[in-house]
Amino acid sequence: MSQVIHHDEHYDPEGSKIGMWLFIFTELLLFGGLFIVYSVYRYLNQDAFHLAAEELNTTVGAINTVILLISSMTIAMSTTALQKKQKATTIVLLEITFMLALVFLINKYFEWGIKFDHGIFPGSEYMKEEMSQGEILFFGLYFVMTGLHALHIIVGMVIMGFALARIKNGTVHENRPSLLENAGLYWHLVDLIWIFLFPLFYLIH
Amino acid sequence: MENNEKHHIVSYRSYFVILLLLLLFTFISIAITQIELGSYNVAGALLLATIKSGLVLYFFMHLKFDKPYLKLMVGFVMAVFIAVIVITFFDYYYR
Repeated sequence: MSQVIHHDEHYDPEGSKIGMWLFIFTELLLFGGLFIVYSVYRYLNQDAFHLAAEELNTTVGAINTVILLISSMTIAMSTTALQKKQKATTIVLLEITFMLALVFLINKYFEWGIKFDHGIFPGSEYMKEEMSQGEILFFGLYFVMTGLHALHIIVGMVIMGFALARIKNGTVHENRPSLLENAGLYWHLVDLIWIFLFPLFYLIH
Repeated sequence: MENNEKHHIVSYRSYFVILLLLLLFTFISIAITQIELGSYNVAGALLLATIKSGLVLYFFMHLKFDKPYLKLMVGFVMAVFIAVIVITFFDYYYR
């Protein structure tokens, strides 16, 4: 047995999982802080938040929710495929996840684009003249929180890219799945945050 | 060597069932916020979001199959977050 172990190949799946979770905790508290800011401002400006939320398109939000939920399933399934030694299936599932992430971003691009066309963006003259303080706060939080979330989508796609490359060249396989598992954990975190962003911004009127 | 790193393999089927549940809760939360229930809308939507996040954490993020210390750590972070929310709102209510 000792002849197959290379001492330079240090691999500690438990350790890398704990590391990923500790990072996820910091992310949860980062967004948690923003959720608290949102709820306090909502409490202080109830009518303005009510009014501003009606500007957002629930259908687009719902479509993006469905996309993210499906992508969460496909990346979870790709871990199963890797454990079952089905390399081709693993790659296809991960590529589907990547494409779904891209579709989410494209939707977000059009959604933000329509807001910009209506003069709704941070620091716009239209908002300063036409909107109350509470509405400006709502859209400020909307752009910061969905923007930060979109940034996490992009980072998630980069991580998926690394995982894909390393599954293809064989350095991530059924006995060394940590990179794919951690990519999955990160992607589920992105999903988790959206699960709260969607009702808070799009649903609650 | 094979057995000391025993990994639980979750079937494709169970992941699919979890997805269906998540979609179901999403549509319920959209439906209940369409009817005007006042503050119950907020409570209902947040309750469903909490259930959904539980499903994601427990099944998608494999917490179900992880060691107890990891579940404890996740629970602790949630508890810290809830405590901060409660304290903040106490402050605003009694200001």
